[in-house]
Amino acid sequence: MTAAFTADAARALGGPEWLVRRRLSAVERLAEVAWPTPSEEIWRYSRIDQLDLDRYRPFAPEELGAPGDERAPGGGPWAAEAGKHAGMIVVRDGRVVHHELDPALEAKGVRACGIATCEDDQVSTLMGRASGASEDAFTVLHDAFVAGGAFVHVPAGVVVEDPILVLHWCEGDARASFPHTLVALGEGAEATVLDRFGSPQTDHLVDAVTELLVDDNAHLRYLTVQEHGTRTWHLGLLRAHVGRDATLRTSAVALGGDYARLRSEALLTGQGAESDQLAVYFGDGQQMLDFRTLQDHDAPNTRSDLLFKGAVEDEARSVYSGLVHLRPAAKKANASQTNRNLVLTEGASAESIPNLEIEANDVRCSHASTVGPIDDEQLYYLESRGIRPEEAERLIVLGFFDDVFERLPVGALTRGLRRSVVDKLEHARARR
Amino acid sequence: MLRIADLHATVARHEILRGVDLEVRTGEVHALMGPNGSGKSTLAHALMGSGDYEVTQGSVSIDGEELLGLATWQRAQRGLFLAMQYPVEVPGVPLEEVVGAALDARGAPRADLHARVVAEARTLGVPDELLGRGVNTEFSGGEKKRAETVQLAVLEPKFAVLDEIDSGLDVDAMRDVARRVYALARERHVGVLAITHYARLLAELRPDHVHVFLAGRIVRSGGPELADELERTGYEGIAAELGIDELTVVRPFPEADPFGDPTIASNPFADPLA
Repeated sequence: MTAAFTADAARALGGPEWLVRRRLSAVERLAEVAWPTPSEEIWRYSRIDQLDLDRYRPFAPEELGAPGDERAPGGGPWAAEAGKHAGMIVVRDGRVVHHELDPALEAKGVRACGIATCEDDQVSTLMGRASGASEDAFTVLHDAFVAGGAFVHVPAGVVVEDPILVLHWCEGDARASFPHTLVALGEGAEATVLDRFGSPQTDHLVDAVTELLVDDNAHLRYLTVQEHGTRTWHLGLLRAHVGRDATLRTSAVALGGDYARLRSEALLTGQGAESDQLAVYFGDGQQMLDFRTLQDHDAPNTRSDLLFKGAVEDEARSVYSGLVHLRPAAKKANASQTNRNLVLTEGASAESIPNLEIEANDVRCSHASTVGPIDDEQLYYLESRGIRPEEAERLIVLGFFDDVFERLPVGALTRGLRRSVVDKLEHARARR
Repeated sequence: MLRIADLHATVARHEILRGVDLEVRTGEVHALMGPNGSGKSTLAHALMGSGDYEVTQGSVSIDGEELLGLATWQRAQRGLFLAMQYPVEVPGVPLEEVVGAALDARGAPRADLHARVVAEARTLGVPDELLGRGVNTEFSGGEKKRAETVQLAVLEPKFAVLDEIDSGLDVDAMRDVARRVYALARERHVGVLAITHYARLLAELRPDHVHVFLAGRIVRSGGPELADELERTGYEGIAAELGIDELTVVRPFPEADPFGDPTIASNPFADPLA
């Protein structure tokens, strides 16, 4: 381990005793962690060998401020872009600096607050419940230096109509931050959560964990948007546990970062549980966008669907590697997995590796994967109407992503996200 | 005037078009009839500038302006429209967006675009529900042809080439499409070149001129009565009369023929659905 990531640094981040203990235990495990290399299947094609942890150090408490020390008034333009919302948590460099919630929801027991400061006695038992089931070197490092993070709790039977926003901003050269978002929905609860990440042009390492705990018959819609600056590294785990008859729809829009990796995992633990995972990604310049997905069925009559769509241009690269795992208990499960990639320039490339592991009988399972350039026939068709090739390409790329954009929660953001894709396409074209 | 002069084109160095001459004036309707494999679709795509065909000789002009050498989108902007035999699915790009972008590209206003698209779709029997999808995406064969005609009607080009607009259409659909094209020619002065191998289209389309196309060139031209002669003699009859022994330049691919039996190709009046 590097000199900067020490027990003293972990202890200094403060917070409630359970959190400090949790960090110190992770620091101990960190000593034994095997750091990944691209020779491992799960890191194949990645740029993990280019990561030099010595370039980074965790934030010192005086840089972050003490737990509970709130210094930001609100979520700025990001809050406005998300439209009407029920609550908001602003997280800077992994520490909550502001939180607010509709008082009517607060009265029903809903919480939107900081992990390190909230007065919810469940947070200490809920934290790590999902991420602990999918540990790797970066979740251990995360656990060792997590300062706090966002906690959204919707008690049983409560329906939150408008989205709850979690807005993460990470800034500072040579720093590492450890944002955590923990969302727990009680039985029969409903909510929509936006988890938005950004950073300026800063040489920063973001080691993020989001946990979604969806209890029986609860319904969660979740959107994560990643718009880091082009020098930021992002290593994220998004893991959901979905109970009986519960439904989960996660969606990811990944546009930024130098190397940005998301592990997107849904474990269906209860009979009749359903998960849909969606993603849109667009890489340009020297970016690499890396996705590892898991649809893990551990109960009968569970259903999962996955649709990841990406485009790469310039010298950008993308990786999609996904596993559908139907465990012995997953009788009559139904799973489908689709990854489609557009490679817009010769220097860009996309890898797509769907996998199935079926241990149950009487199941339905399908997967599809495509990697290729824009279809010449489509271009010709649109050009035959008088549309210039650049415009035809723009229409085809936006059209390609349309079935994902259409299904994103937090509809107020969709137009802006489409615009971001167009901007990337136009910037890349200007460089050609 | 759309003027095609001595047009030669090759695919993979194999000559398909062997000197096509044709003049279509504004508002005229021409039918170009030929068997499968005679090179009809090659003519359509060579006119539109598809990269799959190499034009080796000749000229194509609209009102005196040469089109060969221009890109496909430039030819369209000069007033040429191709209704394709196999319209391409473009997921996520609805018909209205295609037509809107096409109008933008011409610097034409989008005014009333939605209303015009909806009205044309109703006239041509395209269900509203299809307008919400990507153009041609999961449309039936007949719906694609109707949708091509909607675009033609909204864009009102100077000249429209219809490449087997009638294939895959049932009788009702064919009547809707042919009547709309006829009206565009008569009322909006669109010059029409309808490529087909079935004469049944002609009853509603009422062409001013009929051309018989064999082995990569027009071998006979005449008025509507030429269609009647074709009905009696078939393509073989015309060929025999002219002393031509070659009807086709490309082997018809049976799998590409929606009606399967290549023997139908020689008789334009056989029932393609029988």
